[in-house]
Amino acid sequence: NHIIHNGGLYKRPFNEAFEETPMLVAVLTYVGYGVLTLFGYLRDFMRQWKIEKCQNATEREEQKDFVPLYQDFENFYNRNLYMRIRDSWNRPICSVPGAKVDMMERVSHDYNWTFTYTGRVIKDIINMGSYNYLGFAQKTGPCQEAAAKVLSQYGAGVCSTRQEMGNLDKHEELEKLVARFLGVESAMAYGMGFATNSMNIPALVGKGCLILSDELNHASLVLGARLSGATIRIFKHNNMQSLEKLLKDAIVHGQPRTRRPWKKILILVEGIYSMEGSIVRLPEVIALKKKYKSYLYLDEAHSIGALGPSGRGVVDYFGLNPEDVDVMMGTFTKSFGAAGGYIGGKKELIDYLRTYSHSAAYATSMSPPVVEQIITSVKCIMGEDGTTIGEARVQQLAENTRYFRRRLKEMGFIIYGNEDSPVVPLMLYMPAKIGAFGREMLKRNIGVVVVGFPATPIIESRARFCLSAAHTKEMLDTALKEINEVGDLLQLKYSRRRLVPLLDRPFDETTYEETED
Amino acid sequence: APAYHLILEGILILWIVRLLFSKTYKLQERSDLTLKEKEELIEEWQPEPLVPSVPEDHPALNYNIVSGPPTHIITVNGKECINFASFNFLGLLNNEKVKSAAQASLKKYGVGTCGPRGFYGTFDVHLELEERLAKFMRTEEAIIYSYGFATIASAIPAYSKRGDIVFVDEAACFAIQKGLQASRSNIKLFKHNDMADLERLLKEQETEDQKNPRKARVTRRFIVVEGLYMNTGDICPLPELIKLKYKYKVRIFLEESLSFGVLGEHGRGITEHFGINIDDIDLISANMENSLASIGGFCCGRSFIIDHQRLSGQGYCFSASLPPLLAAAAIEALNIMEDNPDIFQTLRTKCERIHKALQGISGLKVVGESFSPALHLQLEESCGSRENDVKLLKRVVDYCMNSGIALTQAHYLEKEEKCLPPPSIRVVITVEQTEQELDKAASLLKEAAQSVLN
Repeated sequence: NHIIHNGGLYKRPFNEAFEETPMLVAVLTYVGYGVLTLFGYLRDFMRQWKIEKCQNATEREEQKDFVPLYQDFENFYNRNLYMRIRDSWNRPICSVPGAKVDMMERVSHDYNWTFTYTGRVIKDIINMGSYNYLGFAQKTGPCQEAAAKVLSQYGAGVCSTRQEMGNLDKHEELEKLVARFLGVESAMAYGMGFATNSMNIPALVGKGCLILSDELNHASLVLGARLSGATIRIFKHNNMQSLEKLLKDAIVHGQPRTRRPWKKILILVEGIYSMEGSIVRLPEVIALKKKYKSYLYLDEAHSIGALGPSGRGVVDYFGLNPEDVDVMMGTFTKSFGAAGGYIGGKKELIDYLRTYSHSAAYATSMSPPVVEQIITSVKCIMGEDGTTIGEARVQQLAENTRYFRRRLKEMGFIIYGNEDSPVVPLMLYMPAKIGAFGREMLKRNIGVVVVGFPATPIIESRARFCLSAAHTKEMLDTALKEINEVGDLLQLKYSRRRLVPLLDRPFDETTYEETED
Repeated sequence: APAYHLILEGILILWIVRLLFSKTYKLQERSDLTLKEKEELIEEWQPEPLVPSVPEDHPALNYNIVSGPPTHIITVNGKECINFASFNFLGLLNNEKVKSAAQASLKKYGVGTCGPRGFYGTFDVHLELEERLAKFMRTEEAIIYSYGFATIASAIPAYSKRGDIVFVDEAACFAIQKGLQASRSNIKLFKHNDMADLERLLKEQETEDQKNPRKARVTRRFIVVEGLYMNTGDICPLPELIKLKYKYKVRIFLEESLSFGVLGEHGRGITEHFGINIDDIDLISANMENSLASIGGFCCGRSFIIDHQRLSGQGYCFSASLPPLLAAAAIEALNIMEDNPDIFQTLRTKCERIHKALQGISGLKVVGESFSPALHLQLEESCGSRENDVKLLKRVVDYCMNSGIALTQAHYLEKEEKCLPPPSIRVVITVEQTEQELDKAASLLKEAAQSVLN
């Protein structure tokens, strides 16, 4: 048990571990990639000399003398490595994405270049890949009924932007409810979670401001930071010393070259990092933010609804005050079974966003049945619908998380991340095992998500399980039994039960700076 | 060996030993400040407030509240009006068949998809919608996005990278501008619909190329235009653009958000309107939020081009997929469009009628083509500052709203737009508006202009 005694900032133990890659496994992984690359070159050579048929789509005859649209090398990884295991992704389903899901069977007769659907449906696959943390992806129940009523009354689309004629009374109702749920003064909702980040960060910061962003931030945060035109500096993942050093240096030395003081400093962190399963060290970040007078932007895409005794996210989990976080952002896609994103904060912030956010001025507002689904599910989590279903689900998710992680660690797999996070990455490392794991689990009727390069570092490919409150203990036991079998078959039990103590992680002095010219 | 040789080698070896054992030094020498001075600097630094305060009466702050569905008859701020502001061109927002298709989908799939396309977020409805759109537009493949704005803003950076050149019209909409900004390419603006200006820029680029042919061979070039421009209501001269494309070897990206489902005999957009082979356009992007009365957007074109976005379109890979009920609504809307090809001509007749009726209003001029369903009414003479123009137009809009016609001003982010259009009132024509309503709107606008502007 590793508890940080940072002036008593943490009210509960914070157990996060990232076991080191075993040396032999790392070497074998590199060898594996080396062999694949060699074969890739060989196949490209054969395709170029027409010994092998080229199955890629090609440019039009009339445009053959145009500058080529793609560089050959860009697609090397795509053609030779991704194509071999392409069937692990984009699996089409044809039922509600709940705890069990029906999948359309597809086969490939030419090594994954094209797929054909056999027409058969594989039923009742245990779904460990969808982001359904509280089990609100349902086709029956109060949420669906309310959404159906609103659909028949309002229709599916809106055809206008928020600032023009697209602001329905439903949107106002939703925003007040979300503000109450989060414990902030005011909130605003948008139609897409990705766009919430990429369109609002540029409205908050601009040239002459500094953004300190975590190493493993999501693509939407990176895009929003780039579009804003501010200077970006990256600190090591969840490493508070690195963040403090950057803050000190920024304030003391000012902007590069001109030495002017920075206008504002914005720290971008996420609640739960979806590839690592780690939780942000929020008490320490808030302490740092207050000490150095900077602003905090917290992206709770995965943690809202999934953490905390009452499901209100990572702020609730640590028992902190929501007013300490300047900008609380999150999405409705994961725990609420709908689509869209929100930003919550002080009234001045939300007024400013209502006026100057790119989304409010140019993008269509949210669809009414989706809004109703969010309203009903938020009320359910808060307990305002008169039942205790919401509370029960939050507790069920926490229990499922603890149980699942404990059993997997006992079996001997390397599991990354915090003990309380419902995102469970299981390390695979070797490229061949990525495809093998996905296929073997599907044969045993369990659907899992595998991720490799470029979403993760090249030797750290993993399988990622997303737990849900809709998973019963029987489903988890079945899944664990199958994972155990596949783990023995593919020799995935790398753990040597030697957890790296958190304080020993070496911290080196390099900082990264990215400037926009 | 000569003596100086040995001495030189000896010195070299001593130098290497010295380098090996000396301490590494940091490249940035920043040790001039003492710890106390650093702490003082940290104490003294005062940041700006996170956001500046917004005055209470800012025109964009107070939204119109619509109670009930935003259909033909709309209740805005408690008043019932005829809707001339929502982009519901084909009147499909309130269509019973569309709603029941969405209901059926809701009963089967629930609301959300709980995942991006790569991780169990691909539903059979998405695959069906992509097939139907590709068949409708007569291209090889189509790809769907879950948000209209993100469609073109993710498509452009997927192809155009740092160092590539993009020629874009000045009146391009904000989504295109954001896509260009994310791509980090060289942007060259040409005057709105001015083919001579574009040709001049292309010629300049050609002379640049001759100076550096190796670089020219790997620099991709694109032209980005809209079919029907949102900001000005007119169409781009596509046949001339095709000629320029083949002459200067530039690829064309066409943004058809307003013209999809409006132009052309069957509603296939500006390519059908001009009778151009659709394969000549490299990428057509449109959003489904106007004519199709759903949410989201799509790109269509040849598989060679579209397939690339499945791995490099940011809004596609890193975002949850479109809720199935909205995809089902879009499929049903497509069915209706295919079954009733005469609505397009009806819409065009109505547009021409109101375009003619709005001519000659004193103080306001009509901006837009006669068959464009989204027109702008701009002030003939500005009264000096943009703020005052906006206030004046607001009074016209309020007069109309009080008498039962819902209109809105075109909202822009004034500091963010590259070429800010002048303030204007947006007039949107839909198939559901009857001729009496069109005439009523025109006469009401005349009255409003008379009373407010004189």
